[in-house]
Amino acid sequence: MGSLVVLIIIVLACIAAPLYESSIAHTDAFTSNVAGTITINGQTVPVLEPSTEGLGLGVNPIAPTWTAQYFLGSDNQGRDVASRILYGGRNTLIIGFASAILCCVLAGIIGIVSGFFGRGVDAVLSRGLDVLWAFPVYLLAICLSVVLISSSLTIGPVTLSSASILLPIVIIGIVYVPYVARPIRGQVMSLREREFVQAAVGAGAPDMRLLRREILPNVLPTIIVFLPLMAAINMLTEAALSFLSIGVQPPDSSWGTIVNDGVGLLYTRPWVAIAPGILLAITAVTLNLLGDGVRDALDPKARLRGAA
Amino acid sequence: MWRFAGKRALAALLVLFAISVLVFLIFFATPGIDPAARIAGRNASQETLTQVRASFGFDRPIWVQYGLMMQHLFINRDLTSFVNRGSQVIPQVMQAIPVTLSLVFGAALIWVVLALIMGVAATAARGTVIDPLILVIGVIGVSLPVFWLGEVVNLVTQSRLHDTVFAWVPQLGYVPLTDGVGPWALHLLFPWLTLAVLYAGIYARVLRSEMVASMNEDYVRMARAKGIGETRVLIRHSLRTSMISIVSLFGLDFGALIGGAALLTEVVFGLQGVGKLTYDSLQNFDLPVILACVLYASFFVVLANFIVDLLYAWLDPRVRHV
Repeated sequence: MGSLVVLIIIVLACIAAPLYESSIAHTDAFTSNVAGTITINGQTVPVLEPSTEGLGLGVNPIAPTWTAQYFLGSDNQGRDVASRILYGGRNTLIIGFASAILCCVLAGIIGIVSGFFGRGVDAVLSRGLDVLWAFPVYLLAICLSVVLISSSLTIGPVTLSSASILLPIVIIGIVYVPYVARPIRGQVMSLREREFVQAAVGAGAPDMRLLRREILPNVLPTIIVFLPLMAAINMLTEAALSFLSIGVQPPDSSWGTIVNDGVGLLYTRPWVAIAPGILLAITAVTLNLLGDGVRDALDPKARLRGAA
Repeated sequence: MWRFAGKRALAALLVLFAISVLVFLIFFATPGIDPAARIAGRNASQETLTQVRASFGFDRPIWVQYGLMMQHLFINRDLTSFVNRGSQVIPQVMQAIPVTLSLVFGAALIWVVLALIMGVAATAARGTVIDPLILVIGVIGVSLPVFWLGEVVNLVTQSRLHDTVFAWVPQLGYVPLTDGVGPWALHLLFPWLTLAVLYAGIYARVLRSEMVASMNEDYVRMARAKGIGETRVLIRHSLRTSMISIVSLFGLDFGALIGGAALLTEVVFGLQGVGKLTYDSLQNFDLPVILACVLYASFFVVLANFIVDLLYAWLDPRVRHV
């Protein structure tokens, strides 16, 4: 329960990002503020100070002020890191959850169809899953991202701009399908042989009715158990892809892009990289604990990831 | 066993073929995207574009294109980058492979040993505080973003505490094994530990639950009935069969590692492995390099899975007949 509360707090904080930006931080999270100044303790301080080290090139962003403005300092374009983290959290959370839902729905359909109809359908779908399974997730995501993100994609009447967060959602959703589809397929295959399903078959129930009334209600708990776990994995994947600059595209932010922004400032302004990572880790921990809790509640016999 | 190995080898080859087709389709046949412009890099000249079209046969049927790609990659091994004009891609990948393998195997060794110790300890002391502790370590391990953990490790060892506690930590980078085992291991120590932290907990958790389950099996009761000591029962009888699940888990994680966590770790610690090469080529959209990295990395993953399958069958003979 505690993890649910923490998760809700994080989600609410990210939803309130515009509010924080406009009424607390009073800074714009998406435009550079290179020449800006703020007032701390009555003194006017530039947001970006010219660097005094080395060749004197480059700038030193302001350190965390721990006050309303620039709470966590600024990045090297003078943008408020704290508000960017809240906005970034929105993207990370949306992508994580949406791709988890997409993944579970796709995997549910594939797993059920493949397990229920068996034979040719199963052979084709299973081999497809095998290939995806053997293909390292990140490499597949990298391939897809490289091709899709560098230009907009047009499929029929739909045009996806390269900056759209739909792209990472779809990419991440697809690459994890085998992880969910395989156990579901196995479960459906064993359900199909159980007495209550056989009884329904004997009573002359058509396939659709079998699927809807007998199979689906029994695999739904498994799919629901996977949701928070996949959301955690997907968020970490999104952050990793964004960190590699093939996820969320600038000027939009996500927790991954902010860690990436912070790498160059790591030794001078470590909070830029540290803060989003902490939030990401906390969110993933809560989702994992939540997943374990949901599993214990819905499906005590399941043994995902070998948990005791 | 040989029959089984042959069957698995054939399956592995098929999977490799399917992966190469999938990569080919993604790179060369995505609708609405001109592959030549992609391969030539950003703002390529008309001349380069023509050169790319001829070299990859974009005016010819699609299977010829596939054949040409595979020829460049694996037969002639003369794939060249168009972004870094004329640099050969395959030698770069070949140079990077030992780095990645050093990273992955070193880290794997550390986390498996850690997991064995923690798992056995937790089984021996089940019902005590160690159990939930390992659970928590496992959950934290799977929840930490590896690139972030690496940056924090860098911050501590390279900057904040570098002058005091961690003065012995060398600069980031890779030193080949031929320069001596000591410097090699020292340079890789923190990357290894960073990766190991992620996996040790979850492996310990799996091992513990397998071992606790095996405690109720007949062969463990039999061993106890023979009067064998508890330690020996744990290690010789319970641990041995529980290793099977670790082996299969390792097969899965190896793939995720090569393409994922290891890639990120290499980037963060500046190790010039396949992952760093992929990352660098992502930065300037050097597609031939990405293509080569992805296919060579997949090759290793499929190979690793094949070896794991054999190991699995050797540990658990029942698998051979499924």
